[in-house]
Amino acid sequence: MSLEQIFAIAGSALSAESVRLNTVSSNLANAETVSGTSDQAYRAREPVFASMLAQQVAGQESESVGVRVVGVVESAAPPRMEYRPDHPLADENGNVFLSNVNTMEQLADLISASRSYQTNVEVLNTSKQLYLKTLELGG
Amino acid sequence: MAATALSLRARRAELLASNLANADTPAYKARDIDFKAVLERQQHDQSAASLRVTNAAHLTAASASGVTPADVQYRVPSQPSLDGNTVDPHLEKAAFGENAVQYQTTLLLLDRKIRGLMTALRGD
Repeated sequence: MSLEQIFAIAGSALSAESVRLNTVSSNLANAETVSGTSDQAYRAREPVFASMLAQQVAGQESESVGVRVVGVVESAAPPRMEYRPDHPLADENGNVFLSNVNTMEQLADLISASRSYQTNVEVLNTSKQLYLKTLELGG
Repeated sequence: MAATALSLRARRAELLASNLANADTPAYKARDIDFKAVLERQQHDQSAASLRVTNAAHLTAASASGVTPADVQYRVPSQPSLDGNTVDPHLEKAAFGENAVQYQTTLLLLDRKIRGLMTALRGD
């Protein structure tokens, strides 16, 4: 029965979207993180999604695909530099380095991730109902 | 007939769930099956001769649900995105909902058929 496959597919999507929600919350939490050098500054993280054949999920013959996170990449944008000579972490020139997190971008990503998560929960619920009704067949 | 349609509906639900799961995956292409065409072909195939399988490694013309890889087709994108993803979440959600309702309809049909037979058997 291919309805069982849906649980694996939607489950993989839920796990991938939760990684995305995690990186977004980590980015937002560190939006104002200050560090002394440009290398130590916090850089926005973003997961990279890739599709995954269902054979890898359940070892069954099928063309349907789930999703997986192949890695988390750090943004290459330069960290924000601010002149704050009084700051305890300031370097010899009086500069501190703030994270390169773009809050607006992260909030938009947060909405997109939570909507995708909701969609997959709906898919799971619908499939569960169909599955339970199928079990009652002829009863 | 209803049993074939039911397994085909389940197969389609699986494909649409894949599309929704990969709504944010770069370079993913949305896929679907032409339900009417596949069902008609399966009706035709049931009367026709099938390939004989004498070894586990032999390929059958169709999988357990009767859907061959050739039946799974790529959707023509209405608004393709720059990262190569062709999933339109709204369209897929609508198709998934429609498919779920039609699955229940087929299930009801099958259920009534079985109940009818049971009534005839019991004779009460």
